[in-house]
Amino acid sequence: MKLTLKIWRQADPQAKGETVTYPVNDISPDMSFLEMMDVLNEELVNKGEEPVAFDHDCREGICGMCSMYINGEAHGPDRGITTCQLHMRKFKDGDTIYIEPWRAKAFPVIKDLVVDRNSFDRIMEAGGFVSVNTSGNTQDANAIPIPKEDADEAFDAATCIGCGACVASCKNSSAMLFVSAKVSQLALLPQGKVEAKRRVLNMVEQMDKEGFGNCTNTGACEVECPKGISLSNIARMNREYLSASLTAKD
Amino acid sequence: MSQLNSKIPEGPLDKKWTNHKNNINLVNPANKRLIDVIVIGTGLAGGSAAASLAEMGYNVKAFCFQDSPRRAHSIAAQGGINAAKNYQNDGDSTYRLFYDTIKGGDYRSREANVYRLAEVSANIIDQCVAQGVPFAREYGGLLDNRSFGGVQVSRTFYAKGQTGQQLLLGAYSAMSRQIGKGKIKMYNRHEMQELVVVDGKARGIIARDLVTGELERHSAHAVVIASGGYGNVFFLSTNAMGSNVTAAWKIHRKGAYFANPCFTQIHPTCIPVSGDHQSKLTLMSESLRNDGRIWVPKKQEDAEAVRAGTLKPTQISEEDRDYYLERRYPAFGNLVPRDVASRAAKERCDAGFGVNKTGEAVFLDFSSAIERYGREKANVEGIENPSKDKVMALGKAVVEAKYGNLFQMYEKIVDDNPYETPMMIYPAVHYTMGGVWVDYNLMTTIQGCYAIGEANFSDHGANRLGASALMQGLADGYFVLPYTIGDYLADDIRTGAISTDSPEFDEAEKLVKDRIDHFMNNNGSKTVDHFHKRLGKIMWNQVGMARNEQGLKQAIEEIRTLRDEFWKDVRVPGSPDGLNPELEKAGRVADFLELGELMALDALERSESCGGHFREEAQTEEGEALRNDEDFTFVSAWEYTGDPGKANLHKEDLVFDNVELKTRSYK
Amino acid sequence: MSFFTSSIGRKVVMSITGLFLISFLIVHLAVNLLTLVSKDLFNEASHFMGTNPFIQTMQYVLALGFILHISQGLILTMKNRQARPQKYAMNKPETNSGISSRSMLLTGVLVLLFIFIHLRDYLWEMKFGNLGGYETDYDLVVGLFDDPIYTAVYVLSFILLAFHLNHGFQSAFQSIGVNHPKYTSFLKTLSTVFCIFVGVGFSAISLYFFFN
Repeated sequence: MKLTLKIWRQADPQAKGETVTYPVNDISPDMSFLEMMDVLNEELVNKGEEPVAFDHDCREGICGMCSMYINGEAHGPDRGITTCQLHMRKFKDGDTIYIEPWRAKAFPVIKDLVVDRNSFDRIMEAGGFVSVNTSGNTQDANAIPIPKEDADEAFDAATCIGCGACVASCKNSSAMLFVSAKVSQLALLPQGKVEAKRRVLNMVEQMDKEGFGNCTNTGACEVECPKGISLSNIARMNREYLSASLTAKD
Repeated sequence: MSQLNSKIPEGPLDKKWTNHKNNINLVNPANKRLIDVIVIGTGLAGGSAAASLAEMGYNVKAFCFQDSPRRAHSIAAQGGINAAKNYQNDGDSTYRLFYDTIKGGDYRSREANVYRLAEVSANIIDQCVAQGVPFAREYGGLLDNRSFGGVQVSRTFYAKGQTGQQLLLGAYSAMSRQIGKGKIKMYNRHEMQELVVVDGKARGIIARDLVTGELERHSAHAVVIASGGYGNVFFLSTNAMGSNVTAAWKIHRKGAYFANPCFTQIHPTCIPVSGDHQSKLTLMSESLRNDGRIWVPKKQEDAEAVRAGTLKPTQISEEDRDYYLERRYPAFGNLVPRDVASRAAKERCDAGFGVNKTGEAVFLDFSSAIERYGREKANVEGIENPSKDKVMALGKAVVEAKYGNLFQMYEKIVDDNPYETPMMIYPAVHYTMGGVWVDYNLMTTIQGCYAIGEANFSDHGANRLGASALMQGLADGYFVLPYTIGDYLADDIRTGAISTDSPEFDEAEKLVKDRIDHFMNNNGSKTVDHFHKRLGKIMWNQVGMARNEQGLKQAIEEIRTLRDEFWKDVRVPGSPDGLNPELEKAGRVADFLELGELMALDALERSESCGGHFREEAQTEEGEALRNDEDFTFVSAWEYTGDPGKANLHKEDLVFDNVELKTRSYK
Repeated sequence: MSFFTSSIGRKVVMSITGLFLISFLIVHLAVNLLTLVSKDLFNEASHFMGTNPFIQTMQYVLALGFILHISQGLILTMKNRQARPQKYAMNKPETNSGISSRSMLLTGVLVLLFIFIHLRDYLWEMKFGNLGGYETDYDLVVGLFDDPIYTAVYVLSFILLAFHLNHGFQSAFQSIGVNHPKYTSFLKTLSTVFCIFVGVGFSAISLYFFFN
């Protein structure tokens, strides 16, 4: 396949950046999207140019590092996958492909397609945990039975990989899906319920501080989420936040 | 000749760890505040260690090259984590887990370490559940278990096919709590470049800020290496693209012995290579072997027709299929350990029965399982005489509930529907049992420098059983290192903060700077990946699933030549003063090029077959691995001498007081 | 107080006020539909609405609801714009979300402009004016729809309102956390039915009097 790539190039966080066009040839439909990027980069290095910087690591859709906005969609045109799982068979010979970094104030560009997602980490630091120390004598794992439905729902929320596709595809750059996934997971489990109020208040406060937008319930995040995290998590967080705000003592 | 002291405590096996904990030095809480610990890597081992150390009161500095600690490659572990809980009442016990692990490792690991691992395994599950890890549960609300290759009990806890992710996010959340409190200072997008040793003690590191390119000095009273395994020396592996040996190799060069480097695990169920463009391989969880049956065509002409695309696997009748694992190993069948399953696949493909274009793939077939589950489900639902279609539809739903995400992953990559046609799989490099040599306290041969998780050589011997890497990573990080490190740090309570303004730091920084300058000014003609791919080919062909003397000698020669060429001709574009992924890769490949040679050397030295290490010279008439306990019941610990090909071998004899060395038979 | 300045708090205000405005719409539509039944009945109802002390008090609450809904909407929009300083060169939001959910500001502002016209011509005239020279409230309603442009503006506005409601109605429940696998799909259907009902209902009155 022959393709025309229109890629965002930006030398550093302060640089202005621009879209640069690159033709690529000999792309096999069996390649993953990132392998196609490898081919381009190998060519660029051989020509003495600087390769396109992009985030990637596990290349099996679980680490959440890869983050490309491809042809107007987070992680490209396929569903339920990350950029690294997108394969070139989804494109046609002769296609033009736009490749851009996630765009959000809370995700500043570091270089080319690489963005800084530490805002997510800071939200986690604000409350995305159960306050339990490591110890060899916590109670037995089976001491509190947990209904299978709750455990499964908590698991579904917990499969979030923190890639930021929700923020990237939201017209408001809202992080509600990401934050609500963690709030939900822990609110559903008895171990997490103990400090559920404090958690949701702190995490939402941090989310707002980071400069993410608000939720308009368009549902774009759920559609683009590679792990299919459900909007019902956002509703649960709204519920948790509302009741925590009404009843918190401080 | 050996000065290796493994420091295994005295006493009976099941009392060693308890006694040891009771007798080692402690650091009181007020003094812990005065002590800094550096942790390299934030996977299961590093993440859990950093969190636990910070909770105890130490000041922790944690480093990862990814943009967040949550992305470490432990996240990709699919299947599960073992623990001797005996919730299923199938006769499991600490001893049995210990025994299975020792046997699975082909008697090349330390009894005391493995027993400790089995002992703390149950605590891990308790700890993770308390943290909010959503393990799979039964309808009664209690934890569910599944069985895994190489054992005959169900002791594996899991969270669908994403157990590693859930455990890592648990450790990450524990870390996040400490980062929020300021007890952990997190350095994302930082890579350790050098260890700083002062007066024989590890006192800090030189790290490169990958975003600004700046070299930073960080001092501490102890340095913990939790940087994972070195499978990427093969270029193609199931490891993440960034996984590397650099931290482990740098401490090796500074005096830490490297143990059993040739012990690599080739995982039997990976998606086969599709072409030269391939950048990494994807694992299909071993749990699939619980229900999938592995086969190749019985007739050569059928195999050829399948390869040519003229015959579909579903058209081959039952009697023309060779379920070779069930045939060769009736007792364990498709659930034989990984090394055995991998070699058997290679044997069939080498004999000409491979089923994809390159002839390097076998089938993993779910049709029997779908039918079996379908009948069960029909019974449960009270459907009498269900039609074949109904049975298959019911069965597919059950299989989807169990393995849905894996099937979907397969379909996305291969563009084939595994519910309709059997999956194609082939072995791929997955895990490295070898690593930095450590004593019972997990300290390397450098004072104050520790290695945990996959980075150390530890507990898996010559072969790792499924679901035990997660167990070891978390055992080291949550329950072993936090205790044992206190024994060493107790002497450091009066040392005070370590200055980074010393000749040792100057020297280490200069070393790093010179290396970077070399790469930037080399003006070579070939990319880093070019060399990495060539190294990978050498390693896979000569130091892969089957090794022989001639091939290994040849590999050593080839790697040495390649290494020279690399230093002369590698091209690194861009600038060192900012994000430069090519420069990062160059540094990593430089270390792989040294490690590769040591692996070949170690494989050459160990002229027996054990676990994942198969020497063609050492096999039975039936082609099974032939261990040589007389001459090789030891750990090879290599000391760096300036040239990886001339490393000094130290042997730590392995003593088995509690188990009898037997031929590992899964027949 | 931080609740009301938090992102979720603002959305809760949008949601509650929105639902309140919806309840007003229902009453308004019910009264207006009386015009299709009988002149006297409508005039009576209109008189009741204009004099009943409870309704009169509610008028102020309603105004407050409007102000809160609009001001919060504008603040949220402003914040949302700030959250993405650099736009995408290529964006395909239509692949992942519905048009009505993405155009709430546009439909909202246009409906607001309509409300100004509507208040000027009806409420103002009924309360402070001379009914535009017409005899009764009913005659005012019927009379204004003689003008084809005026009728077209009204119908168009009702369509915009329907779009606004289509997303707003069900979204309001999500914002206050009402979401359940069993009932959410019903709420979504109800939302669509409701917005069509409101759009068609109001438009029908305008068109009826335009053609008769």
